[in-house]
Amino acid sequence: MTTPADLTTDVLIIGAGPAGLTAAATLAPRLDGQVLVLDREAAAGGIPRHSDHPGYGIRDLKTFISGPAYARRLDSNAAGAGARVQTQTMVTGWAGPRTVEVTSPDGRQRITARAIILATGARERPRTARLIPGDRPDGVYTTGQLQNLVHLHHRTPGTRAVIIGAELVSWSAALTLREAHCQPVLMTSTHHRPESYAAFAIPGRLALRLPVATRTRITKITGRGRVQAVELEHLDTGARRTFDCDTVVFTGDWIPDNELARAAGLDMDPATRGPLIDTAQATSTPGVFAIGNLTHPVDTADIAALDGRAVTGHVLRYLRDGAASTALEIRVLPGDNLLWISPGRINTAVTPPRGRLLSWPRHHIRVPTVTIRQNHTTLSRRRLPWPASPGRVFRIPSSLLADATAKNGPVTVDIA
Amino acid sequence: MTAATVPPAPPGGQTTYDIAVIGAGVVGAAIARELAGYQVTVALVEARSDVGDGTSKANTAILHTGYDAKPGTLESRLVRRGHQLLGDYAARTGIPVERTGALLVAWTQEELDALPGLKAKAEQNGYDRCQIIGASQVYQELPHLGVGALGALTVPDESIICTWTVPLALATDACLRGTELLLNARVEGADVKDDATVLHTTAGEVRARYVINAAGLGCDTVDRLFGYERFTVTPRRGELLVFDKQARPLVNRIVLPVPTKLGKGVLVSPTIYGNVMLGPTAEDLPDKTATGTSETGFEFLLRKGEKLIPDLLCEEVTASYAGLRAAINRDDYLIDADHDLRYLLVAGIRSTGLTSAMAVAEHVRDLLTKAGLDLTPRGQLPDPPQMPNIGENFTRPYQDAARIAADHAYGRVVCFCERVTAGEIRDAYRSPIPPRDLNGLRRRTRAINGRCQGFYCGAEVLALAGSRGDLTPLGLATQKTR
Repeated sequence: MTTPADLTTDVLIIGAGPAGLTAAATLAPRLDGQVLVLDREAAAGGIPRHSDHPGYGIRDLKTFISGPAYARRLDSNAAGAGARVQTQTMVTGWAGPRTVEVTSPDGRQRITARAIILATGARERPRTARLIPGDRPDGVYTTGQLQNLVHLHHRTPGTRAVIIGAELVSWSAALTLREAHCQPVLMTSTHHRPESYAAFAIPGRLALRLPVATRTRITKITGRGRVQAVELEHLDTGARRTFDCDTVVFTGDWIPDNELARAAGLDMDPATRGPLIDTAQATSTPGVFAIGNLTHPVDTADIAALDGRAVTGHVLRYLRDGAASTALEIRVLPGDNLLWISPGRINTAVTPPRGRLLSWPRHHIRVPTVTIRQNHTTLSRRRLPWPASPGRVFRIPSSLLADATAKNGPVTVDIA
Repeated sequence: MTAATVPPAPPGGQTTYDIAVIGAGVVGAAIARELAGYQVTVALVEARSDVGDGTSKANTAILHTGYDAKPGTLESRLVRRGHQLLGDYAARTGIPVERTGALLVAWTQEELDALPGLKAKAEQNGYDRCQIIGASQVYQELPHLGVGALGALTVPDESIICTWTVPLALATDACLRGTELLLNARVEGADVKDDATVLHTTAGEVRARYVINAAGLGCDTVDRLFGYERFTVTPRRGELLVFDKQARPLVNRIVLPVPTKLGKGVLVSPTIYGNVMLGPTAEDLPDKTATGTSETGFEFLLRKGEKLIPDLLCEEVTASYAGLRAAINRDDYLIDADHDLRYLLVAGIRSTGLTSAMAVAEHVRDLLTKAGLDLTPRGQLPDPPQMPNIGENFTRPYQDAARIAADHAYGRVVCFCERVTAGEIRDAYRSPIPPRDLNGLRRRTRAINGRCQGFYCGAEVLALAGSRGDLTPLGLATQKTR
């Protein structure tokens, strides 16, 4: 009978998804000290582990591979760089500002680090959080559960599926269903057009021949034991109809896995529901950083990975110089047409990863104009050449905020 | 040891039990356990595939003091006695209980004026610890309560309890004492013969000298099989919302409304699993299987929730469910023995049944003794079972260093949101009454009950359920010996 001794490390990264593993791989060679990555899952890699279709690694690894291959590559990169990646290890709480409590098959342990990077990712809201009434039969999934079931456990979800949502992840769900011989028969979107319109080139909407019911929401699930039907409402007419299916997949509607961030008492961003971070990816607790989809629910895996690369310099600087002053930081708020914007604080001396602020549009705008306001004054306005579409991240150059100053209060960013 | 799913059929004739209890909800399980403490053979006959799978699994999970019962009723007496019996039993078996106390909050002058009467009523029910407090003290106790509270009646001993573990513990105890648990055995007919009654069930015939009807929502149907036509069960649907654990700091007491003519109203309460519960609605329905939730129910609850604890609505909803209360058209429990038919009815136990079940069982025992049944105590009873702790206010396996060191399956967290370990899932399948399906596993371990509802863990828990808790695929089959 042994219980592992408490441990100290230089940098502790919580979450071995694309963001955490990339941070580990980048940090380990540059740090004179230990990088430890913990993940509660049985294998490292995060969500891509069970997204078994190509499209991963584009912007970070300059490649185009499947989710599982990408997950393996990131894992081996981190290990190869000298980071220690420990799976089946769940951080269950905090014992100090940079001390966590963990549970693993090896036992219960406290780990103290000089710096901590939170990379716990995001998940889809399940049916219950979306308050969809009706019976509670089997056959109701999120994409995450579906892909876990199909790709990691080789189970068949059902035969005839309705997919709620028409984002990038929704098409990923459609691919998984088809591979599992469960026919996706309808996709629904509350918007006027599929959110991922024109974005989902591969393998494409036509290849799947999947009709999308726009301006449609789900109002009820029926079925005893197994799903028998869903009730759908047209948002403009209010008309309701019953649609037969034995499987319902709730896709998108992401929420950061913020339990540890909140348990640490970090300042939270009510819009993203993740921890409030600045352009240096620092949270309100010195030495605790947050990256990836925990801070922007959600962007693609490669963008999360690039967050992990970008945080490295900030962590090294913190370990060398201590926490930077946040006195001159400016709060950034989403305007009416944005659901959230990240980071929520601008440190004018630090550029965010890739020089972009990330945001989530509420509506589709084909040629959006970004407006930056502070203290009732318009600081800048620029038309951007890429469309704003609900269901994927809209990127805003941080240079548009160059004229903002700390003394004038919060900055509001909006699109029209 | 595993409970049988079909009646045993020994060669040369069928077993005749001394007593058959119909319904393995909390009340039936308590009765079976009580009677199995005497020198009689007992069968516990359940229509569904698990114990506690009807009204017992979906209610507000409050251990009542009985302060608000109608004084002088059987219910008043049995709830009061049951509160003590179950409290003691919980301490012995490890059923999670949290002594939160309750506040009955008055929002109008009329409600405020009603508090002294409620206090007097509590005293008539033998409960004298209620106090009337002013608005400022209300907000001291409940800082997140919405504006407009005028005062409150405190009920310091109202508590929250694990409504899933209670019937499971009682049924397990009954089985350890020799009760035969017959699952998937819906009673569809009854022939009362001279020497015994034959119950025709979906799992075959069950013969017993005495039959006790504790069929909950179905007890009117079973009653008619014995030739009675005396009451109807009207299922009253109660929908409930369960909020994320992150809402728990907002609510540390049970917050009750002042009862009106329309019912007890909507309450907000901490749950034993560390969440916050809001509900129930109250809607009379003709359908005894209508456990679906509704749009109007959700809207109603959210409106109520916003007034009670405004910050609650900023938190995510983790679960919603609906339970059916077995309401009958009378003001008290209906417990009645028919000695000629050797038949005893236990009906109308409604929302207080969780608390009163063990006292109901004692009452039933006394009625049977009066009826002339020879109930001689057994000499040596087995110790009551030690139930796995699935409550938040006791040490859970994932927190227990010594336990993980002894068996590392308790260090392998499978369901992250609820922190359920592989060891607990394995234990559930090795228990005397193992789960028959995923919902049974959820009620025994909390697996998949958390905020992600299976996003992370659903597939793995399903795989473990498929292997009935065999941990070999996880590489955890052997216990640590080093």
